[in-house]
Amino acid sequence: MGNIDQEIIDKVIKIAKKKKVDFPESYVDDIAEAYIRRELTDKELETLIVRVKKAYESSKVESGEAIGTVAAQSVGEPGTQMTMKTFHYAGVVELNVTLGLPRLIEIVDARKTISTPTMTIYFDEDHRFDEEFVKKTADEIAKITINDILDDFHVDYVQKNVKIVINQEKVKEKHLEFNDILLKIEKSFKKHIIDIDNNKITSVDGGLTGARIEASSIDNIKITIAPKLDKRTKGIQFRDIRLLADKIRNLQISGVKDVNKVIIRKDDQWVLNTEGSNLSAVLKKEGIDKERTTTNHIHEIYTVLGVEAARNAIIKETVDTLNEQGLSVDIRHIMLVADMMTADGTAKSIGRHGISGNKSSVLSRAAFEETGKHLLHASIRGEVDELTGVIENIIIGQPIPVGTGSVGIMMKNK
Amino acid sequence: MKPVLKQISQIAFGLMSPENIREMSVRKIETPDTYDEDGYPIERGLMDPHLGVIDPSLKCKTCGSKGGECQGHFGSIELSRPVIHVGFGDTVYKILQSTCNKCSRILFNENEIETYTAKINEIMKNGESLTKTIKEIYKEAKTRDKCPYCDEEQEGIKIDKPISIMEGGYKLTPSEIRERLEKITNEDSLLLGVNPKVARPEWMILTVLPVPPVTVRPSITLETGERSEDDLTHKLVDILRINQRLIENMEAGAPQLIVEDLWELLQYHVITYFDNEASGIPPARHRSKRPLKTLTQRLKGKEGRFRSNLSGKRVNFSARTVISPDPNISINEVGVPETIAKEVTVPVHVNEWNIDEVKKYINNGSDVHPGANYVIRLDERKIRIYDETKEAILEKLEPGYIVERHLKDGDIVLFNRQPSLHRMSMMAHEVKILPYKTFRLNLCVCPPYNADFDGDEMNMHVFQTDESRAEAKSLMRVQEHIISPRFGGPIIGAIHDHISGAYLLTRKGSTFTEEQAFQIIRKAKMTIPKRKNRDWDGKELFSLLLPDKINMQYKAEICKNCDPCLGKKCHYDAYVVIEDGELITGAIDEKGYGSFSGKILDKIVKEYGSDRTRQFLDESTSLAISGIMKVGITTSTHDEDISEEARKEIQKLLNEAEDNVDQLVKDYEIDQLVEAYENGVLEVLPGRNLNETFKTKIMQVHGETRDKSGEKTENDFIMENYPEREREGIQDHLNKADENVDQLVEAYENDELEALPGKSLNETEDNVDQLVEAYENDELEALPGKSLNETFKMKIMEVLGEDYKKLKALPGRSLKETLEMRIMQVLGEARDKSGEIAENNFKMDNHSVIMATTGARASMLNLTQISACVGQQSVRGGRINRGYIERTLPHFRKNELTSKARGFVHSSYKEGLNPSEFYFHAMGGRDGLVDTALRTAQSGYMQRRLVNALQDVSVKDNGMVTDNRGLIIQTMFGEDGIDPAKSDHGKVADLDKIIDEMRVK
Repeated sequence: MGNIDQEIIDKVIKIAKKKKVDFPESYVDDIAEAYIRRELTDKELETLIVRVKKAYESSKVESGEAIGTVAAQSVGEPGTQMTMKTFHYAGVVELNVTLGLPRLIEIVDARKTISTPTMTIYFDEDHRFDEEFVKKTADEIAKITINDILDDFHVDYVQKNVKIVINQEKVKEKHLEFNDILLKIEKSFKKHIIDIDNNKITSVDGGLTGARIEASSIDNIKITIAPKLDKRTKGIQFRDIRLLADKIRNLQISGVKDVNKVIIRKDDQWVLNTEGSNLSAVLKKEGIDKERTTTNHIHEIYTVLGVEAARNAIIKETVDTLNEQGLSVDIRHIMLVADMMTADGTAKSIGRHGISGNKSSVLSRAAFEETGKHLLHASIRGEVDELTGVIENIIIGQPIPVGTGSVGIMMKNK
Repeated sequence: MKPVLKQISQIAFGLMSPENIREMSVRKIETPDTYDEDGYPIERGLMDPHLGVIDPSLKCKTCGSKGGECQGHFGSIELSRPVIHVGFGDTVYKILQSTCNKCSRILFNENEIETYTAKINEIMKNGESLTKTIKEIYKEAKTRDKCPYCDEEQEGIKIDKPISIMEGGYKLTPSEIRERLEKITNEDSLLLGVNPKVARPEWMILTVLPVPPVTVRPSITLETGERSEDDLTHKLVDILRINQRLIENMEAGAPQLIVEDLWELLQYHVITYFDNEASGIPPARHRSKRPLKTLTQRLKGKEGRFRSNLSGKRVNFSARTVISPDPNISINEVGVPETIAKEVTVPVHVNEWNIDEVKKYINNGSDVHPGANYVIRLDERKIRIYDETKEAILEKLEPGYIVERHLKDGDIVLFNRQPSLHRMSMMAHEVKILPYKTFRLNLCVCPPYNADFDGDEMNMHVFQTDESRAEAKSLMRVQEHIISPRFGGPIIGAIHDHISGAYLLTRKGSTFTEEQAFQIIRKAKMTIPKRKNRDWDGKELFSLLLPDKINMQYKAEICKNCDPCLGKKCHYDAYVVIEDGELITGAIDEKGYGSFSGKILDKIVKEYGSDRTRQFLDESTSLAISGIMKVGITTSTHDEDISEEARKEIQKLLNEAEDNVDQLVKDYEIDQLVEAYENGVLEVLPGRNLNETFKTKIMQVHGETRDKSGEKTENDFIMENYPEREREGIQDHLNKADENVDQLVEAYENDELEALPGKSLNETEDNVDQLVEAYENDELEALPGKSLNETFKMKIMEVLGEDYKKLKALPGRSLKETLEMRIMQVLGEARDKSGEIAENNFKMDNHSVIMATTGARASMLNLTQISACVGQQSVRGGRINRGYIERTLPHFRKNELTSKARGFVHSSYKEGLNPSEFYFHAMGGRDGLVDTALRTAQSGYMQRRLVNALQDVSVKDNGMVTDNRGLIIQTMFGEDGIDPAKSDHGKVADLDKIIDEMRVK
């Protein structure tokens, strides 16, 4: 809705000012949008604003309202109605995404590692419809191991080495540079003897640097890797070779760390979905829409983009999780939960390690979890409970300081 | 009511010094015995009467008050040797690590001490948590290996949890530790996390043990007259006994070893006295092997003091009984059985205006209903009203007395059903005294309480003060909670028969003679309208209840989402139009006034207020009920009958689906073979080469076999299984493959095989010989290494290409996952289609269908499961795949993947399930139950955490949202300061609605 005329918005703001209301931005936008869509006359606009003002003012929260409890209940109560079925295919058939209650718990926990991280990568205007570019980027992001470009793989127990044949066609298909692969192999197997293409390019002690191959001239390139003889241990064990073989097969030669699969999808434009997530690395790629590209990993958003982004991510993920289950929860409650989690500039979890564990009140913490620990610590630290919260006052049997308990009556002294 | 005299403004925590403990103590406890033979407490024993008394006939020797009034006094035990307090084991260890072993100074130089002290003071000033900084100090200090003050080299200190602290290989005794801690200066102690204002490090090593008063650990007398002591008393006895022995031994000059053993034992008893679940310490047990419940256990956990007695308290003036429905009472009311009304009471302050009324209650006494149970006199004595005392009380009654009268009609009570998940789980109702023994409630309040009547019980609380009553009446009444704050829509509304009733009443062509109409109206207890002298339309009846000027349009639940929507001319009467309080078109159903989605309800609350809504709900539901009784509704399994053709059609559809699944499975098996072949892991059949094995196996999948004599040739196979246009190509490929293989064998035999690019053939001579031999004998799988194998494979695959692959795995999914997904899809479609067929067979004159489509109860899915096909049963989110080895039931072949073998129920409930289907159905059902049980536990804990984290957050006068410390969480709630409970589904106003209304006028 960003393309409403500033003029109309200003007009709405002006009338609103005249009527002495200060609408939040979204209201102004909505009214402006309705003004255009319904072709209102200026007179009608005015009455509309007056009506909205009336509705707005009559539906404000009252002061003292125990909004936290209401929000917590509103987010928690639908939990009982959710399914436990962890996995479902959200949008993309090829991807598993945690949903339902486990996902909600994960969000609220502010986990540092989540069970199914996934990214949605969008492209900037120039590359949105460029299939070739998208595919190339996908290959750059996706994890490619030696295994994926192999033509042949052979463990030679007699000569005690591992022979691999790299398929040039596959290399080209994946938009890889052969020399990069060589460098990668060289770097990863520094302590091994590497022999490329039957000594055509030989390296001494793995010092391959500078070796270049005219990629087009050779079809498939044979590389032999053998462990160096260790002086301390006698000879090379079969086990070493087998381990080396696995290591070679799984050597990642391209792609972004922590991203495994990339799925290319086209809706109205090309979009990439990934399994695994690494926001900071992906954002560095060329041609990617840095505004829309996102991940479902909240902690990653927090580290890369900051708390405000994390707060918005919590809201978005929670809303998505609830909507997918067909449950409606007012976004304001979710906002409060998100704001509470991010209030002090870090993404804190809801529970004993996060918000509840950092409360100022000893009694409140003791009543939640780890009773003994909190009481013992309070005693040597000389903590003082100011009794400003809800639980503390319930414990000592005094009225709680929210809602009707937050006001007192002062009698006039006659 | 007594005014609040004193208010607790804060609670400070601190550690008790030995001096404190001795000061507090009224008696030193020395003898481990409790009572003498006569049953009297022994002086200086654990039951010393100085510690307070429980028995009301005895007097406390300290304060002189009787049992029940004396809250008890602490005693003390002088420990002959110091012991470590378990809770501080770790802290003591950390402190020792951070201080010099010799001079006990903190291992920081002066500069560091200064910076850290400043930091800590700053944090304390701000009232923030010290834990992080202290941890940092511990971590930093333990890395120092030389004391900056006495230059002593530091020996590493280790801990064996919970309390054994070792220096080098030597175990420090508590006495030694205490000596070290004593030397710590106050300044250092602050850095070590011990605030010198309230605690000293050495106080963490106990020299005196406080003995809690007997009121804390009352003994109980069993029926047999035997006395049973509290767990704490048992533990204290243990401590005293060992302490005595230790003293005796030390005095007698016993060997060091024995003294140390006893000391260790004393330490053990003191540990378990404080915490009987300390890790690494075997819990002290009762004779019956039950672990003792000592101090920590009393406080901890769900059943502990904090959560069980302090956060939640038991109350008087409450009642609990089974609930049952009553459509004749208002949503605001609750039916209370008379027996309960006579038990729970309301205190009435007698004054000159109500004294006559109160006298009537007293006269009735406690057995006749509107009576009274107690009178509280001016001197605050509470007197029970008996028939004998009635007269005397009446005589003395004067203003200022408080009379506890029975509950009566119109009283406000709090009504609750657990689990109390949201605020609508506790609402205020008006009492209506009714006969019998159950609480009665209006059906519309079932959704917020999530109540049904299969034996549910609910609680009722009676308010005891006028303030609470007033508050409840204005904030907690049912009618104030029609709109849920969760989503800003109605949560209280019509359910079940209300909805089908309203539909039957208002649907197209539902007319009543004037007599019938008036009967309905009369039955619904509505005001009788003017006669019209003509037949009444059902819609007219409903219109009687609507507020006069209400205008609205919406699509009803029965709407079939036709394209294009015919609007008012809807064939199904699903387009509801209300103009000026008249229902013009459309039938009322769940969308109209049902809970969760009622649009009319929503509009009335928001525009006419909660009073009008309550009236509307009460009236419309009773109208619906009287309507449904007039029209009549009944259901049986005949409602789910479908025509023979439909049944046949469904059968055909399901068979097709089954065939499709079989085909998919076949495709899958082929793909599996191809994959195995490609990866060189296909096991070769004896007497065949790899190539042949592959072909044979593929034919087996197709249900063909070709034995060695070659009854069926590859050609036959190809002819049968591939369409004409593909045949030639495949034939070609196969021939070429054979040729190639032949060539290769020849080349091998003649030693002429050139190394393929990338293939190593320069194996040792032995190896080559072996390979050739193995190859000739068709024992490919026995080969060491697989370069030959792979050479063949590559050659063959080159000619065969990928033509064999059929199912083709989705990118990023395994073949098996792809298959499962495809099968689920096919079966899901089949079920849906069969459902559709059944659905087309159902008409709106069918009562089951009416209930399903109007949203009253059940769904179309339920009906089609009864009449057409039950569908796939699932366990853990997938098709059923567990049971016997490699199969679900012995009725099936191993690894069978067909629909029937994996839990697809073809039958309908009405036809009946065959045994295997029934079994799968039971599996699916059980899985569902397990899932629910697991989920409630998980979501309950999540909710507890959420509530605990957010409970202190509230809106301040300036509209800011802050927590109890004043930390600003939001500057405006939800970015616009709107209460969702007052909003329209989260929005302040529907602009289009307003514009429409504006333009109408």
